[in-house]
Parts: sequence; C-alpha cells; structure tokens
Amino acid sequence: MNPNFLHQGLAKKILPPLLVLAAIVIVWWQVVLRSESAIFPTPWQVLTGAWELAEDGTLWEHISASLLRVGIGFGLAMLVAIPLGLWMGWVGGAYRTFNPIFQMLRPISPIAWIPLAILWFGVGDVSPIFLIFISSVFPMIVQTTSGVHTIERRYLRAAANFGVSRTVLFRRVVIPAVLPEIIVGMRIGIGVAWLVVVAAEMIALRSGLGYLIMDSRNAGNRYDLVIASMIIIGIIGLLLDGITRLLERLKTVKWRYVR
Amino acid sequence: MSDKYKIVVSDIKKNFVSGQGALPVIGGVSFTVDDGEFVAIVGPSGCGKSTLMNIIAGFERPDSGSVRVDGAAQRGPSPKGIVISQHGSVFPWLTVQQNLMFGLNDAEHGARHDERAALADHYAAMVGLKGFEASYPHELSGGMLKRAELARAFVVKPEILYMDEPFSALDALMNMRMRTELLRILAEERHTVLLITHDVEEAIYMADRILVLSPRPTTIQASFQVRLPHPRKLASPEAQALREAILRELGL
Repeated sequence: MNPNFLHQGLAKKILPPLLVLAAIVIVWWQVVLRSESAIFPTPWQVLTGAWELAEDGTLWEHISASLLRVGIGFGLAMLVAIPLGLWMGWVGGAYRTFNPIFQMLRPISPIAWIPLAILWFGVGDVSPIFLIFISSVFPMIVQTTSGVHTIERRYLRAAANFGVSRTVLFRRVVIPAVLPEIIVGMRIGIGVAWLVVVAAEMIALRSGLGYLIMDSRNAGNRYDLVIASMIIIGIIGLLLDGITRLLERLKTVKWRYVR
Repeated sequence: MSDKYKIVVSDIKKNFVSGQGALPVIGGVSFTVDDGEFVAIVGPSGCGKSTLMNIIAGFERPDSGSVRVDGAAQRGPSPKGIVISQHGSVFPWLTVQQNLMFGLNDAEHGARHDERAALADHYAAMVGLKGFEASYPHELSGGMLKRAELARAFVVKPEILYMDEPFSALDALMNMRMRTELLRILAEERHTVLLITHDVEEAIYMADRILVLSPRPTTIQASFQVRLPHPRKLASPEAQALREAILRELGL
C-alpha cells in the first residue's frame, strides 16, 4: 500500500476524535475558571494529581490490583463458560435445561450480587473476583452456545461424510467454527468485568482503582484524583478491548470477519 | 442381480411432512449405476433432486424403497462416496493443505504426518493448486475453492462422487473450465459419478447416461445414453439433437 495513503488514513482516523477531546478539555477548563469552583479541578490539576500518584508508586499498585482481580475472575469465567457453552450448544437436553436459568440470571446487574458476595466471601479479594466471575461468565456462555448453534450444517455434513472420529470432529470442526463467537464473548466479558471491578472495589477494600476513587473523595475531597482515576479506568478499558480485538486477527478466525 | 451394479436405487419414495399434511416429493424412483459410470440426473428446479441425492448419499432416509451400494444397504454417509455441493464445504478455518488432510487417517494413509501431507500436496498439484497449500480459503477465488473441494474428495479415494450442482455457483467461464478439469481427473482416477444438475449442456458434456426427472412428485421420465467421444463438442449436430430431446422432455 502507498505509505502516503496509509498516512492519510491514520490522520483521518485519529484527528477527529482528538479534536473533540481537545474541545472538551477547553470547555471544561473555561467552565471551571469562570465558575470559580473550589472543589472541581481544572485539567491541569488533574494532570498534576495523576503525576503525583504515579511518582510515589501508589497508582501502579492500584492499577495492578484491579487488573489482577479482573485477570483471575475473567480467567475462571472463561474456564467455566467455554466448555459449558460448547456442551450446551451441542447437547439439546443441556441447552433446554440450563438456558432458561442462565437467561434469568444474566439480566441481574452484578452490583445486585454485592451484598451476597460480602455475606459469602467477606470484604477481601474474593468478593470482587466473584463479582467479576458472575458478570462475565453469562455473556460468554450465551455467546459460545449460540456459536455452536450457528455452525453451518454443510461443515458438519462434510465431517460426517469423511467419517472422522468425534475427537477430530470437535477439534477440527466444532471448536474452530465457534472460536470467532468465543472471541466476541470474550470482548463482551472483559468489558463488563472491567466495569464491575471498579464498582466492586468502591465498597470496602484497600486497593484498586475503584478504591482510589472513593478514597480520594473521602480523604479531603481530592476531586483531581477522582477524575484522574476515571480517565485511567477509561484508558485501561480501551486497551483491554484492543487486546481482545487483536485475537480477531488470528489467521484461523479471520474468515469470520472478512467478506 | 444387484451385485453387478455399483448403485441400485429401487422405488424410493419420500414425503415432506408439514402442518398442512404430507407433500409427496419423490414418487418412486428406480435406476442403477454401473461401476465407473458417469450418470447425470436433470430435472426442473424444486422437483426434489437434492432430496434424492441426500437419500442416495445416505444423509436422509427414504419413506420407502432402498438404496444399495456394492450390494449392501446404504446405512449413512461414509468416505466411500463423497458429496460435492453447490456452496461447497471447504473448512474456512483450515489451510488448503489442512483441508485436504482432513479426511486422512493414520491407519489408512500413513502414520507419519509428512506422508499424509505429501499425499495432500500431490492432489493439490493435480487440481492446479500447487503453491497455495498454505493459503486459507478466504484468500482463494471461487474456482480455486472448488478445486480444493474436489482435491479434498479425491485424496480419500472415494469410489463414488455425488455431485449436487457442483459448479453452478461459478461464473459461466469457470463452470466450463471445471467440467474439463473434472473429466481430465476422472480419466486418471476412475470413479463412479452421480451428478445432479439443472444444466442440460453440463450433463451432455460429461455424462455417459442422462436421466430426466419429472416435476413433483418426481419419477424418472426418460433416459438417454450419450454415445459421443470425449472431448465433446456441444455445438455438434448430435449433441444439439440430444439437447433438444432432453429439453422437450422437460417441457421446453
């Protein structure tokens, strides 16, 4: 491809959102200055506040605490959801038995589970991990199951025609056919997991970005740190989505996204 | 008597059952196919051609009647007869080579991976896909995809090829090229072929015998031997006369 062309494409993609972002910052700054707010910080104050946290190292501790909880909760959810989703998609009886239950549990906001989490696991690392698990396991089950249901019949027929064993059928046909849907499920799952960890950490813990927000407000109305944390949460969420999106570029799943 | 034929289809009937009742689709079809023979079945669209093919290949059961292959009752699909269909079924998540190796197993085709890979590559070259072994299907054109599907069938050495409108999703030029290719390969490797098509010229170009189906509930209405030497000229007076006769049977 022409490098000039590529350059233009990139500029077209990045420039407009950057302009909007700059406009928001300018308006924000003007509003704070004109209203002479004592509490609400200017963009500059947010930046220096974030810098302060980054320098003394606490920011990294909070970020890694949140990421670790998401990693464990989401990882466990994947371990449960993918086999369960494949089984429910393949075995009609399993689908009819479990699908109504999962469809009922799915719309319950993970936040509603907080009292139960505290009751069962107390205030510690287990509660937020449980909440992340609960929030991301259902979308991944549903997505994997529907992936199995939407496998085109002609591929299953071809496998039957070549007389392959059940192992080969699963390894070479069913799982690769469902993989693109599993990746979609993972993107949804990691998105809710990140939403929920911040909410869960606000309750009562000593680390994490959610804790940082509540702590900054409680410890002397440090709204500069509140907003800095919010922005960092947004950026990390964007990165997590970007990483799962990279999976869509795998050669073995690309067929689903081209054409 | 049935042992001398490769395929014996006797009095197959099939109804489609819906809320309104049973709709007879196949109304008693009988015919035989010799070993190594190329039989084409032509019929109007919606007459149940594909249902007939599914029954003969073992994917569906007839309501009555039977299908025997090599004297034994057809019990279900097997690598003995591979289906090539209009939309194809080359796995998009496997490379050309992996697709060709899909039907190969340790017991029959060599325990070593490279032995099986070499066999796959031989057939890839045979259909003109040399150099594309590592490509994924979405990187291939429609014609190349069809070649990959043919190669995947040939590599397991099926005795029978069941072809259901195999080339009708291709453009006219590629369609004609694939007919010639198929005949070239069939001259090298003898297979029994059952072709279902709505394209009378395709049938005349390739088949040894052409069966014409009636509208639903379908039965065999006429049968034509094609005694023209290959490569056939569709513009020849004999081919044209045959075409007219078949079209007349189809009511055109």
